[in-house]
Amino acid sequence: MRRRLLDAASGPLHPVAQQTLVAALDAGWADPARLHAEGRRAAALLDRAREVVAAGLGVRPPEVSFLPSGPTALARAVDGVLYAAGRRGARTVASAVEHSAILVPGRARAARSAGADAFAEVPVSRTGAVELDAWAEALTVAGTVAAVLQAANGEVGTRQPLEAARALTQPSGIPLVVDATASLGRDDVPTAWDVLVGDARSWGGPPLGVLVVREGTRWHWRDARADVEHGRADVAPWVPLALAAAEAWQQTAASRQSDAQEAHMLVERIRAAASAVADTEVVGDPVDRLPHVVTFSSLYVDGEALVGALDRQGLAVASGSACTSSTLEPSHVLAAMGTLTHGNVRVTLPLAAVSPDRADDVAALCYALPGTIEAVRGELGVAGL
Amino acid sequence: MTGAADSAQDEHVVDARGKRCPLPVIELARYVSTHPQARRVVVLATDPAAAHDIPAWCRMRGHDFAGGQQRGDHVAYAVELAR
Repeated sequence: MRRRLLDAASGPLHPVAQQTLVAALDAGWADPARLHAEGRRAAALLDRAREVVAAGLGVRPPEVSFLPSGPTALARAVDGVLYAAGRRGARTVASAVEHSAILVPGRARAARSAGADAFAEVPVSRTGAVELDAWAEALTVAGTVAAVLQAANGEVGTRQPLEAARALTQPSGIPLVVDATASLGRDDVPTAWDVLVGDARSWGGPPLGVLVVREGTRWHWRDARADVEHGRADVAPWVPLALAAAEAWQQTAASRQSDAQEAHMLVERIRAAASAVADTEVVGDPVDRLPHVVTFSSLYVDGEALVGALDRQGLAVASGSACTSSTLEPSHVLAAMGTLTHGNVRVTLPLAAVSPDRADDVAALCYALPGTIEAVRGELGVAGL
Repeated sequence: MTGAADSAQDEHVVDARGKRCPLPVIELARYVSTHPQARRVVVLATDPAAAHDIPAWCRMRGHDFAGGQQRGDHVAYAVELAR
């Protein structure tokens, strides 16, 4: 049975990026800080990779740093804003659906500090978009020095109103950190940000954090070593990873728009198929969303059983249900949106270049869904409730 | 009726303590379908997902979620049924 990949949140690599990675093991293995020929070659390759990513994001190469992972880069982005703020304050405003790499350290900082509201989580609408009135209000609290908002949510696909959100941070000079780890390479590159964070995995690259600090932004990392990644990392990236990330970006640039259009239409099919199943809610914004992400929840269904039943039919999907997580806590995104957390299925479509048969795979999922959900409900004896 | 259902207010109680999602919601739905006279049901649950799933079930079924109350190791969720 052919495996059908419908959970591309963590890869796999674009096939050409994979070749580049293997070739770079020979050409770019050295520490780019070394002065010998091998080190200089690695440094030149790293420069080239940085130029490609910078050009793709519409920024200058010195504004771009590579970090070990997307989550690491997210946490660093906020750390740098807070440290640069010095004694002006330490309060951070973020939406309630941000990545856990933002929420977990934010809550921990607030718990350690005297001000209990040192980390404000702004509520979202039923579709997952941040409530702008509450966002505006949260920003007015004295001591607010950082704001964090995603370009779009990687679990439900909903885009955030970045322009409007930044129009509210800018007058007070509060830097806006934008988390684009789910959207870069799949959706338009955001422009309304002061600090931008990406992960090469979203465009078919390897796990590699990308941290972009716009020139003029007050940002400083406490442990900076000026010679490493423009003072934003403690170690230089492993050059083969940076090369593979740049290769994946270049390979997908030309087809990005058409790929997104097709993905948008395929997701529309999944949304329609899931909506047609009894007591099944498709969540997230139906229109203002990432092209390739969709999630839905079925009443009275065990998420773990559903993922297992689809897996046995060759369909690889993810889930935000509590029973599918190690913590037994449901997805904080679904919880913040007020939607059903059990019986959840999340699809992240791969790029067509990574998975040429994705349209066929989507058709197979749409075909399998009604019967699979019915069968899982049958096992639980909940049909007709 | 289960447990302490026969209280002064004729309160209907579903005890789903120790049961994991989606069981608390399933037991609530089952109780509601087999007790047509119930107007208000209280679900006792320890599963953290119940805090989100019981209000979501109410919204999907047109009932009113009347809040949750921590009682020691579990939470009591009140549902006002629209019938």
